[in-house]
Amino acid sequence: MSDVADRVKKIVVEHLGVEEDKVTESASFIDDLGADSLDTVELVMAFEEEFGIEIPDDAAETIQTFGDAVKFITEAS
Amino acid sequence: MFDLTGKNALVTGASGGIGGAIAKALHAAGATVALSGTRVEPLEALASELGERAHVLPCNLSDGEAVDALPKQAIEAMGSVDILVNNAGITRDQIFMRMSDEEWDSVINVNLTSTMRLCRGVMRPMMKSRWGRIINISSIVGATGNPGQVNYAASKAGMVGMTKSIAYEVASRGITANCVAPGFIATAMTEKLTDDQKGKINAQIPAARMGEAQEIAAAVLYLASAEAGYTTGATLHVNGGMAMI
Repeated sequence: MSDVADRVKKIVVEHLGVEEDKVTESASFIDDLGADSLDTVELVMAFEEEFGIEIPDDAAETIQTFGDAVKFITEAS
Repeated sequence: MFDLTGKNALVTGASGGIGGAIAKALHAAGATVALSGTRVEPLEALASELGERAHVLPCNLSDGEAVDALPKQAIEAMGSVDILVNNAGITRDQIFMRMSDEEWDSVINVNLTSTMRLCRGVMRPMMKSRWGRIINISSIVGATGNPGQVNYAASKAGMVGMTKSIAYEVASRGITANCVAPGFIATAMTEKLTDDQKGKINAQIPAARMGEAQEIAAAVLYLASAEAGYTTGATLHVNGGMAMI
């Protein structure tokens, strides 16, 4: 697993309080990991901070799964 | 009780009677305050009266870009905005049948839209710090209505619905959002009334007098405090019993 994926996974595990093995490529933050809409906003904020990038709102809405997040951040950073 | 040491507060309309009293009360409780308003002179005067822990941030609330910039300026000046008091407001009274779009728009824009923009501007940092206090100054007429104030009453009622919705969304993050709804408060504006006019107003108030700006500030101070952490989505009516709601 890439460095980006590791760091994203760490944030997701810490923020949502889920088991690491639940955070799979296709795991949806809301449907599989129990996030509410506010959690997803906070996750995006945490990603922005960790990776020093800016994720605009329209892009943030497309980040639904762990895989989406890793892909977006890899391309952005 | 009500120690705000280490907290940073942004107060709009701080050049007015009520806003000034609010800023003084928060400052006296230990908060650092950013004083915003359109008139620089009274803001500077208040800041020098307060001494340390006071910043002046002039802003024209009818200018959307300036409003969006204000929370950022406050954070630059103080390091954070932990307490936001949306107190600024305007009136453009007119009987409804004659009310122009411009009279409607200007009041809704300054009173309601700028309040929304400022709330939005502080939300992200408040979410991060897991602590925040939003206090929006509504009005008794938002609940009761008032002839000649269709625009003003709508803006103040809109503020209540907006504040409750914000309160819902962020309650789990340690952020509260409440309104204070003043009744008749003695300010420079009411000093111009004749004794006869004052008498008629006081006759409608069970307390038989107008309120003091400090009595609004005390309600704001409570809602800004750590002790009020479980009070959210509320409207605190401070009106001498004029409307018991």
